Amino acid sequence: MLEVKNLHASIEGNEILKGIDLKINSGEVHAIMGPNGSGKSTLAQVLAGREEYEVTDGEVMYNGNNLLELSPEDRAREGIFLAFQYPIEIPGVSNTNLLKTALNEIRKYKGEEELDTFDFLALLKEKIKLVDLDQSFLKRSVNEGFSGGEKKRNEIFQLAVLSPKLAILDETDSGLDIDALKVVANGVNKLKTKDNATLVVTHYQRLLNYIVPDFVHVLHDGKIVKSGGKELALELEDIGYDWIKNGSPEVVK
Amino acid sequence: MSNTEVKKIEELTNQEYKYGFVTDIEADSLPKGLNEDIIKQVSAKKGEPEFMLEWRLKAYRHWLTMEEPTWPNVNYPPVDYQDIVYYSAPKKQPQLESLDEVDPELLKTYEKLGISLEEQKRLSGVAVDAVFDSVSVATTFKEKLKELGIIFCSFSEAVKDHPDLVKKYLGSVVPYTDNYFATLNSAVFSDGSFVFIPKSVRCPMELSTYFRINAANTGQFERTLIVAEEDSYVSYLEGCTAPMRDENQLHAAVVELVALDNAQIKYSTVQNWYPGDKDGKGGIYNFVTKRGACKGVNSKISWTQVETGSAITWKYPSCILQGDNSVGEFYSVAVTNNLQQADTGTKMIHLGKNTSSTIISKGISAGKSQNSYRGLVKVSKKAKNSRNFSQCDSLLIGDKCGAHTFPYLEINNPTAHIEHEATTSKIGEDQIFYLNQRGIETENAIGLIVNGYIKQVLAELPMEFAVEATKLLSISLEGSVG
Repeated sequence: MLEVKNLHASIEGNEILKGIDLKINSGEVHAIMGPNGSGKSTLAQVLAGREEYEVTDGEVMYNGNNLLELSPEDRAREGIFLAFQYPIEIPGVSNTNLLKTALNEIRKYKGEEELDTFDFLALLKEKIKLVDLDQSFLKRSVNEGFSGGEKKRNEIFQLAVLSPKLAILDETDSGLDIDALKVVANGVNKLKTKDNATLVVTHYQRLLNYIVPDFVHVLHDGKIVKSGGKELALELEDIGYDWIKNGSPEVVK
Repeated sequence: MSNTEVKKIEELTNQEYKYGFVTDIEADSLPKGLNEDIIKQVSAKKGEPEFMLEWRLKAYRHWLTMEEPTWPNVNYPPVDYQDIVYYSAPKKQPQLESLDEVDPELLKTYEKLGISLEEQKRLSGVAVDAVFDSVSVATTFKEKLKELGIIFCSFSEAVKDHPDLVKKYLGSVVPYTDNYFATLNSAVFSDGSFVFIPKSVRCPMELSTYFRINAANTGQFERTLIVAEEDSYVSYLEGCTAPMRDENQLHAAVVELVALDNAQIKYSTVQNWYPGDKDGKGGIYNFVTKRGACKGVNSKISWTQVETGSAITWKYPSCILQGDNSVGEFYSVAVTNNLQQADTGTKMIHLGKNTSSTIISKGISAGKSQNSYRGLVKVSKKAKNSRNFSQCDSLLIGDKCGAHTFPYLEINNPTAHIEHEATTSKIGEDQIFYLNQRGIETENAIGLIVNGYIKQVLAELPMEFAVEATKLLSISLEGSVG
């Protein structure tokens, strides 16, 4: 589904990603872990098409297309969804209105008809249960006045409604208490099918107790320094990230 | 802002004014310039009674003693008042029963504007008094209204057919001495609308007028007077577009509203006059005086405006809350783009007891435009327990525009309860990227955010008008945001 080759990206002249290689197939869950400043969020933003980041080298193929040539909205319409680390507030625009506009733009892009209002509202009501948010959130302005946990759940709610092919969760666990974490993880797990994939970007292992990855990659200084199965996350939990910084000899790419 | 966004904004901003065309109709015009002789000719051409001419002349003589105001936060080259044609009417002045008799050129113009009378006629519940340049050419639904005793006609007709009413109320809210532009209007006003709702009548339809400035160099001086007698109700819609012109066109209208005991007047405006091109060339100068008097107890006047057009807007729809328990409301969206300038707001003058007023102003500035809110809340000594709530928000699109707020408070009674809230926000690239990432392109993202921002005001517009306002808004902001 996604193939990243030797991806280099910088912002304001500073190189953040220094040659990322990553391959994600349908049905897989990948986790990117790493200490602060390793480039995890940058990778998520670059894949979503944030223009502040300049891709200086490498390529990203997504379902056979050059992803880097697509605008952010076309990437979204092609099925890439980024759950933001810091979801943005949009005063005056209700969740319902945002999702209706988004879903219809995506459907239009695919040559599908707009969903009629009744079907759409039924879809919202079904999906909002996944993240245990009250229906009153549908009428509220996007993320405005939401608590940190509510914002994160709202991201997963949007994910559920838009049902993308590749979901990128950028530090979705940060700021969540354990109950909210379970709700979010449970929502993500229920959305999993053999046709979609998830890329979980996280600092901590704890989210991976609930969203169990097939592959774990350790990012350090803009490069993936180690990849492995879900047990790698547990190992990291035990020994922390210091070993990377200290240049431990066992670190082999 | 990213390059693509900037480019998008430029593209959108550079959209041509889509209502820029000139209708080719023979105009019957007076020569340029302003003097007593011209005023006499205007009055004579309209076949006015003596009192009207007297009033015009008094206004003109007063105007000569006045100076053009310089306090608004706008800049423009001096207007040469002798270089303006003060009267222009379509030569074939039809008194028509049906649209078939209307000059087909006119009908085409309306069709281009998407407001063909034929369509309007079919629209149930909307009576249209179309003002083409200076003279009304067609009035619909008149008969229906007549049965209820409602008078809805051009101002010229009112002067001829209802001189007593005109005499009684003309200048009762905006006296001919009021201000430079209102006084000029009083001297030379060409036409406009007159509405009279008799006691205990609820006007069953929205009354609507479309204005259009057509002949080149014709200043248009509209005069509108709406009188709602005791226990009556009326909702009036004013919507305008003007064709593209290189020279600036002066528009100095006056609107007077009178609400007697328990009467309600709702006045809604969508203003979309030519704002000038992206370099600031051309465009309408919109210097308007709009004021309503809540003369009676429990009366209510609401102004709702969506202002997207004009090169310069200078406009403060106001309420004089004279009757006890009377209510004044002002809901406004003012959009400026490119080099447009707007200095607009309201005045709420509390004179009676228990009077209350609400001000919701939403300014949107884009391009290199300047948008000022200027509002006065005045509570007189006798206005016990009066209340005001004001909310003035500014939304900036891009970083070359300006938003300014000038609130004035004059409170002379300690029992007054005044609240003022103000915010300034900017459409951020974070918001746009967030919406992009949900599959929504930048233009629509901006539309979504702007519509969210102004929905409190749009909700005050009658349904069919709100739809039009949303369309106009997206046209005028096309190409504005980043």
